[in-house]
Amino acid sequence: MDTVQLAVLAALGVLALAGGVLVFTCNSMARVTFALLGSLCCVGGVVTVLGLPYLGVVIVLMMVMEMVVMAVFMIAYMMNPAGLMPMSMLHNKRGSLAVSGAVFVALVTAVFVTPWPAKVGEPPSDTTFQVGKALMGEQMLTMVVLGFVLLATMVGATVLATHRGRYDRFGDDLDQRPARDPVRGGVGR
Amino acid sequence: MTETASWWSLPAAPALLLTGAVLAVAGDALLAARDAGRPRTVAAAVRPLLEVVRLLAAQPRRMPAPDRLLWRSGVVTVPVAAVLSVLVVPFGHRAVADLSVGVVWFNAMEVLTWAGLWLAGWGPNAAFSLIGGYRFVAQGLAYELPLMFALISAATGAQSLRVGEIAEAQQGLWFAVWMPVAFVVYLAGVLAFSFLGPFGYPVGRDIASGVLGETSGVDRLLLQAGRWLWLTSGAAMAVPLFLGGGAGPGLPAWAWSALKTLLVLALLVWVLRRLPVLRADRYVELAWVVLVPLSILQALVPALVVLNR
Amino acid sequence: MTFQLVLVLAAGLFSVGLFGALSQQSIVMIMMGIELMIGGIIVAAAAFWHFLAPAAAGGQVIVVAAVVAMAVEMAMGFAVTTAIYRARQVDMTDMAEDLKG
Repeated sequence: MDTVQLAVLAALGVLALAGGVLVFTCNSMARVTFALLGSLCCVGGVVTVLGLPYLGVVIVLMMVMEMVVMAVFMIAYMMNPAGLMPMSMLHNKRGSLAVSGAVFVALVTAVFVTPWPAKVGEPPSDTTFQVGKALMGEQMLTMVVLGFVLLATMVGATVLATHRGRYDRFGDDLDQRPARDPVRGGVGR
Repeated sequence: MTETASWWSLPAAPALLLTGAVLAVAGDALLAARDAGRPRTVAAAVRPLLEVVRLLAAQPRRMPAPDRLLWRSGVVTVPVAAVLSVLVVPFGHRAVADLSVGVVWFNAMEVLTWAGLWLAGWGPNAAFSLIGGYRFVAQGLAYELPLMFALISAATGAQSLRVGEIAEAQQGLWFAVWMPVAFVVYLAGVLAFSFLGPFGYPVGRDIASGVLGETSGVDRLLLQAGRWLWLTSGAAMAVPLFLGGGAGPGLPAWAWSALKTLLVLALLVWVLRRLPVLRADRYVELAWVVLVPLSILQALVPALVVLNR
Repeated sequence: MTFQLVLVLAAGLFSVGLFGALSQQSIVMIMMGIELMIGGIIVAAAAFWHFLAPAAAGGQVIVVAAVVAMAVEMAMGFAVTTAIYRARQVDMTDMAEDLKG
């Protein structure tokens, strides 16, 4: 890595940590969400600088969508979304600080004590191709599992979140046509 | 072969984008004059540009307890993301930065508009603004998936995420010809992420201009400019993705790029005046029930073609 | 040395996220903590790929798996929040401790 990359890496790292701290210090839920977005975008930037542009940009793309959706839920469920009346929403702050501090110290110690092996091999010219080929080849099982997990999530999340099932829409014998929906019209109705 | 252009392309690309946006605004004004039965003169075409001066001189409106930081960053994000998105679009055979993940870059910049518009709606501490922001998110959930599959179709057809290589892969036949669904879905997506015409729901009249409602002065100018910059950027990206990039007989490559971009832009400007505003819930249903399956089938076509080549 | 510092960044993100996940009461805020923890894992995996084994795709696959974990966590978290909020207007973990032993 040359100097410019190192400088960018350092800046992104500091910003990511600062964003992470802001997540739990800001009062406004909108600011909290977008502090987290900033932090995770910096994570995407770090991944890009480390030579994985595809994954880095995809992380940024996904995080922006996720955090905007998260902001919607924050505003919907939090009692004080704009943070105009600051209040603490913590429990067991001292214990949490102790645990996370201990974990941090342990991890950092491990990072510096572990005798890391030397670098093996050189990065391929196209890292996007590398991950694609791996997921469609030797890591196919991983990909299949991830696919099923995502499918199960889609179904499960929809079932949990919806309050109107098919019996509400189509009647007790599932024979009511058109479906009884709050808004009339739509595709196929 | 697309190459990375020299340093002067860095100011040139935003300038070209801005020129395209100004032309689109002027064209839109001319169409408006025709629809209203007013004479179609130069004065009618440049009338919306006078608004720029007025907005620059206007006194900013103040709201009680706004979140200025988020509001300002949201407003700035929209035009800045539009300019950043165009960095990967080749003009002729030159792009500012022909990234190896150009298509994903464009998509990521476009998604930044979600954050920008939601923040622009949240910032002023006003109900209609926030509703406008929510409407854009709802609309985003609808247009984004089909748009992504359209981008994937073009990338699959060229076996590359590099925009320059996608343009080159269409030497024989334009992707627009054998991926018509992807092309149409992409153009609908362009209208949607510039929230113009049928996708002007987030700035609808029924909520007093929504996201734009409480903005004034430079903020309003930036948001409005962002819309037209995004329209132009989307039109410019359509050329390498679906219309063969700078390829064409006679003229140099940059001229073909400019010509095709302007044609797509003209088509978009014409269409956005023809269609009524779509409600987001209606469009979500159409997008997920009809457009997503169609665009997945469309993405299957280049996959099979490439596999059997 | 760069390698160790990037890992320290990962550890920092993970610990900050852990603090949030342990100390926050609101379910949505806990999810933010978990997102940060997974962010740390992504940084660590990318660092391992870059500094130790760039020829193997394993590091990249871990990043993909972590991103998927983020998406799943978000979707299920919001679905559970929505369900529990709809059932009894609760969005705090301390009000949903029926199963606490």
